[in-house]
Amino acid sequence: MQKDPTIPNDPTEMEAPKRGVPVWAQVIIWIALLGLLILLAAGLLKAKNPILAKGSPVPDFTLQLYSGFEYNGASQASLSDLSGKIVLVNFWASWCQPCRTEAADLETAWRAYEETGQVVFLGVDYVDTETEARAYMTDFNLSYPNGPDMGTRISQLFNRNMGVPETYLIDQAGVLRDIKIGPFESLAEIQAFIEPWLVER
Amino acid sequence: MLAQFGFGLFVLTFLVTLFSVGAAVAGYFYKADRWVEASRRALLLTFPLITLAALTLTYLLVSGHFELQYVYSVTSRDMPLYLKITALWGGQAGSLVLWSWLMSAFAFAVTLRRWERDRDMLPWVIVVTSVTLAFFLSLTIFYENPFARWWQINGGDLVARMFAPTGGYPVAPSDGQGLNPLLRHPGMIIHPPMLYLGFVAFVIPYAFAIAALITGRSDDRWIRLTRRWTLVAWLFLSMGLVLGMRWAYDVLGWGGYWAWDPVEISALMPWLTGTAFLHSVMIQEKRGMFKQWNMLLIILTYALVIFGTFLTRSGVLSSVHAFAQSAIGPMFFAFIGITFIVSVALLIFRWKDLRAEVEMTSLISREALFLINNLLFMGVLIVCFWGVIFPLISELATGQKVTFGPPFYLRANGPLFGALVALMAIAPLSAWGRSTVQTLGRAMWKPAIPTLLLLVLMIVLGVRNWIALVGFTLVGFVICVTLYEFWRAWRKTANKTSWQILLTALIFSAIILGGLFLLKVKSLELTVLAPAIYLILVFLIESWLDWSKSIDRASWQVLWKPLLLSAVALAVVIIPLIKAMAIVLSILMALFYIIAVWMLARRNPRRYGGYLIHLSMVVMAIGILGMELYQTTTQRSLAVGEEIQIAGYSLRYDSLAQFPYADGRYVTRAAMSVFRDGQFLGNLYPRYDYYEASGQPMTIAGVRSTLADDLYVVLVNWEDISAAQAPFKVYHNPLVNWLWIGSLVFIYGILVAAWPEVEKEKRVGKI
Amino acid sequence: MKNRRFILLPIFLILISTALIPVFVVTAQESTPSDDQVNAIAHQLYCPVCENTPLDVCPTTACHQWRELIRQMLAEGKSEAEIKQYFVDYYGARVLSEPPRSGIYWLVYVVPPVAFLAGAYLLFRAFQTWKRMARESKSNSPDSGPTGIGSSSAGHPDNTQDDDYVSRLEEELKKRK
Repeated sequence: MQKDPTIPNDPTEMEAPKRGVPVWAQVIIWIALLGLLILLAAGLLKAKNPILAKGSPVPDFTLQLYSGFEYNGASQASLSDLSGKIVLVNFWASWCQPCRTEAADLETAWRAYEETGQVVFLGVDYVDTETEARAYMTDFNLSYPNGPDMGTRISQLFNRNMGVPETYLIDQAGVLRDIKIGPFESLAEIQAFIEPWLVER
Repeated sequence: MLAQFGFGLFVLTFLVTLFSVGAAVAGYFYKADRWVEASRRALLLTFPLITLAALTLTYLLVSGHFELQYVYSVTSRDMPLYLKITALWGGQAGSLVLWSWLMSAFAFAVTLRRWERDRDMLPWVIVVTSVTLAFFLSLTIFYENPFARWWQINGGDLVARMFAPTGGYPVAPSDGQGLNPLLRHPGMIIHPPMLYLGFVAFVIPYAFAIAALITGRSDDRWIRLTRRWTLVAWLFLSMGLVLGMRWAYDVLGWGGYWAWDPVEISALMPWLTGTAFLHSVMIQEKRGMFKQWNMLLIILTYALVIFGTFLTRSGVLSSVHAFAQSAIGPMFFAFIGITFIVSVALLIFRWKDLRAEVEMTSLISREALFLINNLLFMGVLIVCFWGVIFPLISELATGQKVTFGPPFYLRANGPLFGALVALMAIAPLSAWGRSTVQTLGRAMWKPAIPTLLLLVLMIVLGVRNWIALVGFTLVGFVICVTLYEFWRAWRKTANKTSWQILLTALIFSAIILGGLFLLKVKSLELTVLAPAIYLILVFLIESWLDWSKSIDRASWQVLWKPLLLSAVALAVVIIPLIKAMAIVLSILMALFYIIAVWMLARRNPRRYGGYLIHLSMVVMAIGILGMELYQTTTQRSLAVGEEIQIAGYSLRYDSLAQFPYADGRYVTRAAMSVFRDGQFLGNLYPRYDYYEASGQPMTIAGVRSTLADDLYVVLVNWEDISAAQAPFKVYHNPLVNWLWIGSLVFIYGILVAAWPEVEKEKRVGKI
Repeated sequence: MKNRRFILLPIFLILISTALIPVFVVTAQESTPSDDQVNAIAHQLYCPVCENTPLDVCPTTACHQWRELIRQMLAEGKSEAEIKQYFVDYYGARVLSEPPRSGIYWLVYVVPPVAFLAGAYLLFRAFQTWKRMARESKSNSPDSGPTGIGSSSAGHPDNTQDDDYVSRLEEELKKRK
């Protein structure tokens, strides 16, 4: 039956009871809406600041090293074990062309800084395959500790949208001090990256 | 100069829109119609202003003003003219301009009509549309300005600004980057405008709904006024989705049409609530029920439109589709916050006034089925929304990203969509108010019989996949019910003579078809010819009966010999032309059916148009079922002369050609021959285009399309391709073309449903 | 005696060669897994680097390496489950095409059905109320039931759908009777 809107509602029509939205339903609705808005705000913040901020402490992580590498006799290296030393964390991958341009310089820098005992280089292999990674490490004779980023847990700590290569400098207190997105152009650049944080003798 | 002019127009439009909002609110609260009229005129003014600004931008795109950042990023010298025009929506800034232009166009159309009867709602309709328009304009003006140009500042960096930065020096590149090759496909040219048309058109019913809520009206006037808007919005949104599917199928080269990608789902969600809304308003018009549902659904639709637009542009989600991240996220967030909170508050405030008039007494009455319909659509919405939002929750809570892919969505949505298809079959047979199992059964048994036969046939033919059995049976059921309804409508107009004509024509066409079969005409052509022959015979016999009444006996004795001779001569001449005849006859038959169905459907356009749309949906479902359940794929590296086999087909690698092409791409094209049972069927040319300017590769598949399946072959572009050895991937896509056929039927169905009923309005007078 | 040793040597060589034949035969029969076998598994995984791209269609070098890794693991005899687990261990849960059913992720699979059932329950409750109201109003006043053309012949849907004119006409006629 079509309803002609010019005729007011027929009072003999059966009507559902006039009830507002019950309080419990209102509470749920508003909480859900608020939750959604908070979620979106958090997502936006994360999208805007995907990278760990300089000056913030770096959460502890453990890097399982590739066989053939070791640190202090162990086959893994944890950030907490390295407190008191400067840690240079370099993310790379065998399928990454720019990574290859900085690899030799990084190895040279490592050999120089290893003697001082103040700096540790950690190479984190980001979503890579072991065979190709080994070939890469052999190509450049990498001697500093390298390991795969299992489950991408380590990279997620530093950059939500991790790309390679990226390098992060952590000071003796475990605080992030410098970030380099992209490959180092020269050995001098690596030195300039590390020098400011060395303890003067 | 022109760029500043265009930007100035946007700023002016923004100010006019703000005035419109203020004047409407003032007019409502001070009950001053002068102000309301002023705001209405202001809103009307925005349309020519924005049109001029958009035309300015288009001109700048076409004439290659590469000093503008937007022109630089989406056009290049070697692009053809039509692509330069469509590049208007090829990037973020331009697509926002398109959004604003469409919003103002629809606001213009709505505001232009005579408003005497609904003066109380006018201010709020203006406010809602103006606020939405102002929001999108503010995005253009403050964040994504297409008129910003390149400047070089100290240090040699290039920045894009509207006005000169300190120490800035204007720079004009000589050529642009060019449009992303993936976007240079016809589907991509109309897919975004279609989607935006759908999104923006849904703002109008929302505006009216908000106006009704604020003014405290609980009748369905707002629904009547926006009925056609809803239908048009839904048409464009549906076509936008289908075009997106077609583009993905043609251009992305992975043999599929829907990946359950978060951006795809963002466009699907407003469609889900929009479809539920479309159905639900029918109940409010007919039974005065579902008022609360309808308010909720249109608010959700608008919310999902804004939310979807936000998700794809803010960088919160990462996806193949998403626009580059930009700063508009926070603005969108604020807009979402305000509109969601206001809409929900209004709805809760007015909830009790939207009381229903209840007559529903049976769980299988039509009202109850519509209620179940709403529930099912909301169910699909919850699954999709959860799948889109949960990765964000997961990443924020645990730092771990997760992926929601087809297995999750298909498993969850499959049964829900199946239930919706079943509803499409049952609902037309159910009655308003009261319906019992007996009444429903009585209405259902006739179309149920061919459906059961179909099921038996499938089992006999060896179909064992239970999803296929259930799916195709439900699809068949909907088709049978729809045809049955059309047949019943036709039967009312038929009389005894018609029956005799039909029966005679049936007998004669059986004889003719038998003869053709013996003459070895192929069965596919016979199937197409059969209804054509039948209908032509009907026509001939009817004409004969009319004509023979006017001929007397004497003339007959003279006439019958030449008549017989000409019949024989005709047969001798025509039989060799069988194939050409088949094509002509099938076109005539198609036209005949289209016109006949139109005339039948116009008796009750909304009802029969709705049936046609349901029919189109299940035809598309045939394609979807075929693809999801029976698609197969195989990959092999072939040397020249070798063959790759799939699903009874054999494809032979013949040769490879590599050459540069006009618009800056380097083409690698393989030639293949297709065989089945040793018989040559045709050639296919899968291609790999490499656009040197952008470094972007594109895979173009070689496709052989028939009604039964598609043979879809691509060059696997990440292995080495050479004349000696090339890797090929072949997809066998059964029934996929029914997706596109269904979409054509869909357009037809909407036309039937929405075509204005001129005579009725003239007779009854304006309502 | 010298002759005997000479005879022994060739016999010894022949014995060794025959022992080695099975080795050659076995390595000749070992074939690399086909592209289809690799794709069958890659299809169920997502590229760890590019977002929302299935591994079997991803065009990057890295994805090529991963598919070769799958091929190698298949050749070693690893099962599909083992390969998938390897990828999850190395690259995180996002390589799977749906979240794993452990830990917080059980929410993924529980929330939609629960919400749907809750909605269905609410609808059912509302429906019961309407039914009850219909019965009450019917017992109160037998005439105040549904009026109008539509429901009086509620058996067939078609009667309620006919032209506006028919129903209006009949209403007019009714009024005049």
